[in-house]
Amino acid sequence: MSKLKSTQEILQDEDFKSLSSQKNTISLILTILELVLYFGFIALIAFNKPFLSQKLSGAITIGIPIAVGTIVLSWIFTGIYIRWANSKYDVLVKKVKEKIGG
Amino acid sequence: MPQASQTIIGQFNPVAVMFFILFVITTLGITYWAAKRTRTTKDFYAAGRSVTGFQNGLALAGDYMSAASFLGIAGLVSTKGYDGLIYSVGWLVGWPIIMFLISEPLRNLGKYTFADVVAYRLNQRPIRAAAAAGSLITVLFYLIAQMVGAGTLIKLMFGLPYEVAIVVVGTLMIAYVIFGGMIATTWVQIIKAALLLGGATLLVILTMAQFGFSYGDLFAQAEAKYTAKFLEPGGLVTNPVDAFSLGLALMFGTAGLPHILMRFYTVPDAREARKSVFYATGFIGYFYILTVTIGFGAAVLVGQDIITSIDKGGNMAGPLLAEALGGNLFLGFLAAVAFATILAVVSGLTLAGASAFSHDLFVGVIRRGVAAEKEEVKVAKIATIGLGVTAILLGILFKGQNVAFLVGLTFAIAASANFPALLMSITWKKFTTKGAVASIYTGLFTASILIVLSPTVWVDIIHKSEKAAVEKEIKAIETASKEKINALEQQKATTKDVAVIDASITAEKQQADAQIKEAKAKMPKAIFPLKNPGIYSMGAAFLIGILFSLFGREKEAEAKYDAEKLRSYIGIGAE
Repeated sequence: MSKLKSTQEILQDEDFKSLSSQKNTISLILTILELVLYFGFIALIAFNKPFLSQKLSGAITIGIPIAVGTIVLSWIFTGIYIRWANSKYDVLVKKVKEKIGG
Repeated sequence: MPQASQTIIGQFNPVAVMFFILFVITTLGITYWAAKRTRTTKDFYAAGRSVTGFQNGLALAGDYMSAASFLGIAGLVSTKGYDGLIYSVGWLVGWPIIMFLISEPLRNLGKYTFADVVAYRLNQRPIRAAAAAGSLITVLFYLIAQMVGAGTLIKLMFGLPYEVAIVVVGTLMIAYVIFGGMIATTWVQIIKAALLLGGATLLVILTMAQFGFSYGDLFAQAEAKYTAKFLEPGGLVTNPVDAFSLGLALMFGTAGLPHILMRFYTVPDAREARKSVFYATGFIGYFYILTVTIGFGAAVLVGQDIITSIDKGGNMAGPLLAEALGGNLFLGFLAAVAFATILAVVSGLTLAGASAFSHDLFVGVIRRGVAAEKEEVKVAKIATIGLGVTAILLGILFKGQNVAFLVGLTFAIAASANFPALLMSITWKKFTTKGAVASIYTGLFTASILIVLSPTVWVDIIHKSEKAAVEKEIKAIETASKEKINALEQQKATTKDVAVIDASITAEKQQADAQIKEAKAKMPKAIFPLKNPGIYSMGAAFLIGILFSLFGREKEAEAKYDAEKLRSYIGIGAE
């Protein structure tokens, strides 16, 4: 395999293009999901308090699992990113680095 | 359950002091060990980049989980119920953003401070000066808030005088940082995080044991004691724009805190950097869930009356619960953990501030990027002492002042001055030096000026006495009117003309309402309507950064973007 030399060559490499576009897409999607999650929660509090005040079971209101769920989901999003990065991104990075010979 | 008079909170507590001394001896031992390993700038600023992702995750959590959030959120939940839970969520949601947008490029492109990244392909000196200003101001405001909180809390828990508490905290933090640099600071954070998570977990287990480990039971008893309102959203979010603005500041401010960003240089590579955010988010999320449980538990088991009789803000909800369930021993342990928490947070802040001073201002601006390592470390240590002494003095100066707004301001500045420039420098090819400098100063000044003009400072602090006078007047009108109405009601029994008296009562009510309205008109009004300026200051910082960049191209910076992109994605040439 021929070694990639210049910065331009690496940037034009298919594997590099694939890893950068994949990372941008995943980062963007997850960022938007996080924004929707949190500001959706805030919007519910601001505009639909009765919904959050409904009883789920016993004294527990729907608002409680929604708030805790926002925390847990945020963490799960970071987990999704890690899973993708460890299994896909790192592999592509390694491949590109091998091509450079570094 | 204890009565207010039975608690030993506020008195000298030998158990707490014993636990605290144990913590100090351990951490000073670590500092001694770390001092022998702290020679180069890489050791001092970045712990030799030898920290693992898991360790850094704990340390990040340690940097972020302050005593204010531990005691404050538990207190807020115990007094306001569900609103406290809403508040706690906002403190977590910035972490995923750090992971998705910042962590890997930050680690790949920088060396010790986030200014390294912003200045990567731009003109070093102006960027370093601006970024250092943003960092130092963020750090200083946050330090003052922490110091004042520290003095007050330690006084409450240990019975130590305010000034003594501040001097003890300040001296210890200076010692950790100057002798042990980032290595000692990291281990102080790790130990503190483990203690805090362990202590809070134990408290939650003891609490839940009282409810048969059933959240259903806990909430049922909370509802029985404080009505269903306690478990519903209340008055925290009344103005949606204000809530949105605060949310933005919390979310993106987290991604702009210098002491958090600096931690990413302690791990060997981008992979570990990203891992550390995953662990940190998990630990912090878990911690907030524990804290909320502690708040509800304290409301039921200790009771709001006792909690607010010890401290109006409810800060002692957690310690009171610990005392009720685990006696003096557990209370002492938890008080010592809170003290350790304060110490760890201020140490991380001081190190970040000192680095901005030595690495960005001294080396980057004054020495134009060229300085011997030994000299740089020496300047960083001198800056540590300077910053530490400043923090002690300001902490004493601000005694008894309302500094809660400083935390909001810190996050607003971090979100406006630091975050936009950092994000644009990583992602936008056409970003220029002028754009970055203008963006940083715009964010800094807009956030600072707007918060002064906001209700939090303009009404609650600057026009405090006018506000109090109006409130007093309204209360007087209400009392007088109530007395008149009561007198009229009594006349009803002795007269036949009930209708006439009813008419007088209605007239009296209307008159009182009119008077109250008149009084309210005298209430000082904030020039800027929102409590947190985030939405405007962050928006302005992005807008100005984009405009200045578009109106003056910087060919050199654009030419360097390809190399930056390569390094940002795959870490080639990363230090």
